[in-house]
Amino acid sequence: MGLLSKKDAKLITDPLADNNPITIQVLGICSALAITAELKASLVMGIAVMFVLGIGNVVISLMRNIIPSKIRIIVQLIVVAALVIIVDQVLKAFAYELSKTLSVFVGLIITNCIIMGRFEAFALANKPWRSFLDGIGNALGYALILLIVGFFRELLGSGTLFGIPVLGDPIEKTGVYSLGYENNGFMLMPPMALIIVGLIIWVQRSRNKALIED
Amino acid sequence: MAMNTDKNSYTVIFAIVMVLVVGSLLAFTAATLKPNIAENRRMERQQNILYAMGVNGNEGDGDITFVSTDKVAGDFSKYITKQLVIEDGVVKEDKEAYLIDVKKEQAKAKNGGTRRLPLFVGVKDGKTFYIAPIRGKGLWDAIWGYVALDENMVVQGTFFDHAGETPGLGANIKQRYFMDDFYGEKLLTDAGAFKGITVAKGNNDPKNLIKDDYEVDALAGATITGDGVSAMIKKDLKLYQPYFENLKKLASN
Repeated sequence: MGLLSKKDAKLITDPLADNNPITIQVLGICSALAITAELKASLVMGIAVMFVLGIGNVVISLMRNIIPSKIRIIVQLIVVAALVIIVDQVLKAFAYELSKTLSVFVGLIITNCIIMGRFEAFALANKPWRSFLDGIGNALGYALILLIVGFFRELLGSGTLFGIPVLGDPIEKTGVYSLGYENNGFMLMPPMALIIVGLIIWVQRSRNKALIED
Repeated sequence: MAMNTDKNSYTVIFAIVMVLVVGSLLAFTAATLKPNIAENRRMERQQNILYAMGVNGNEGDGDITFVSTDKVAGDFSKYITKQLVIEDGVVKEDKEAYLIDVKKEQAKAKNGGTRRLPLFVGVKDGKTFYIAPIRGKGLWDAIWGYVALDENMVVQGTFFDHAGETPGLGANIKQRYFMDDFYGEKLLTDAGAFKGITVAKGNNDPKNLIKDDYEVDALAGATITGDGVSAMIKKDLKLYQPYFENLKKLASN
């Protein structure tokens, strides 16, 4: 047995595939559409959500016995909003450049349904350590889909990966562009992210029939 | 646990305590970090102004590196020879012109007041730059920038930034390939009238070699942000036209 027991390890691995927050639970779609035009933004968003979801799940889990059930959603919202704002302020004071990159994501993190979903579905009923793992696992599953979508959108839409040209220069007509290939500007639009997510869902369900609902 | 968390009184007390705790936590963080944040913002302005006139640490294509924060104060006083404030056509020097909040000045003008226009005169390698701040609206939030001009109002460098444009789309206004396109574009027609620069879709000049078309190539998927850039250039830089006309008159005398 390694660092994690089998049951704990499942908390991390499950959301990566068979219980993925985006493709199976269809949560967090809004941000998956909005910021996947390039890989760098996908990666930053994935890491930021992992941070907030990991810590937020622990905080909610620690408070799970004292939160009044009538206002639990409000309490969850306050926890995540306070967490994000404090992190944002600290970054602004000590890592200004980084905070400039992240500022766009702050609003998207607070309203990410995956975060509220995990608070509600898991952290309110489980111990802190397990909640932490669940948070990390779900954020990884989210980041994975974001990166896949970002990979295709940036490659086909701009011909770059992480901002580095991989298909040649579209203006000088070098690389594959010399063969008459063109970047597909439509890939940069949010609807294409929806179509790619749809394709991922299709592939995933055709490989694992157990995931298909009636 | 024996505690009954369903009672109304408990819910109310919990809510009050939660608000107090979170509120004071946020207030404490904001108050303690405020000086650091303000200092960072101040240095950012100097860095942006210097960036627009070409004083930066850029290395190679696509790289955007500002003058480092420990050098920015020295470089700012070295390269920026004059900080001017134009108010009602009267030009005055002001050592703190770079701290003028363009947003507040725009609001003042809207309410019938006179707007103070900051202008920074910089000299680098014997060449004089006139750097003006501009501000406008993007798709989601504010966009702003600094444009360095020569005495004929030809763009010599730009820096754009935004509060919340979409990453990968509108946020690309602060990419080199967009900002550098403005270099050499004219703001005035040959007759001397103000025309501005339009961020245009399909101007068939992706490398931006044609410098007298008053257009730069737009960003795919960022139409509204691009329109915002055109609008703030046309609106805010037009206000500086009298200053440049005056400059010419003085030079010809």
